[in-house]
Amino acid sequence: MNQLRRAFLKNAGTVGAVAVAIATGLLKPGTVFAAAWNSLAFTTKDLNEAMKNAGYDGAIESSDIVIKAPEIAENGAVVPVSATSNIAGTTSMAIFIDKNPAPMIADFQFLNGAEPYIATRVKMAKTSLVRVTVKAGGKNYIASREVKVTIGGCGG
Amino acid sequence: MAEAMKMRATMEGDVVDVKVLIQHPMDTGLMKDKKTGKLIPAHFINQVVATLNGKTVIDAQWGVGIAQNPFIGFRIKGGKPGDKVAVNAVDNLGTKFDGEVVVA
Repeated sequence: MNQLRRAFLKNAGTVGAVAVAIATGLLKPGTVFAAAWNSLAFTTKDLNEAMKNAGYDGAIESSDIVIKAPEIAENGAVVPVSATSNIAGTTSMAIFIDKNPAPMIADFQFLNGAEPYIATRVKMAKTSLVRVTVKAGGKNYIASREVKVTIGGCGG
Repeated sequence: MAEAMKMRATMEGDVVDVKVLIQHPMDTGLMKDKKTGKLIPAHFINQVVATLNGKTVIDAQWGVGIAQNPFIGFRIKGGKPGDKVAVNAVDNLGTKFDGEVVVA
């Protein structure tokens, strides 16, 4: 996605919520996050569109991204996933789950000595590929791992 | 919110290993209340920042797909015992969650 469109999409629709939050004192102006929440990417239903909206389009498969996740998740509501990027110059890492209602799960930027590693727990609606995308040196990379889910974790 | 965040930071070699657990429903907005039949509105942490001695090390955005009572583990090179690791999170309703721990 070109940077101008990305910047526009990042800001559209988010100013109001942040302004209200600051006005009500709930979000102090001093707590500044690098960018406004990427509501577009997080609500996109198509996996490839979500990756594009998150800035991870054109990702090349890489075995230098190591994903740890159970082969079978008994409880789709809480699936432990961790990932390490061994790609030099990694600046960020994101998690997507193909078969979730909204595939984009999270995006992490690494700064000031943080290692390109994240461990977390995700919800999986059903058996699906878990994707980890990485931005390194301005290029995008991706690795995938299938997790079988016996009881879905998105509700119902 | 008291006790909403539990944190631990320990040295693994020359890397600070941090584990954080935050109490939060992480409601997706897709589930119905079984009694009323109405949708439970989305209520989830969507931004998280972690700092080491005040310098940002992790800047994260989350969606509803992160599991309830979210856990996050991350590692920082160059930290040492006595350093302060802080985590500041905010949810989609603007409620803040803050925690701080000293590296053991």
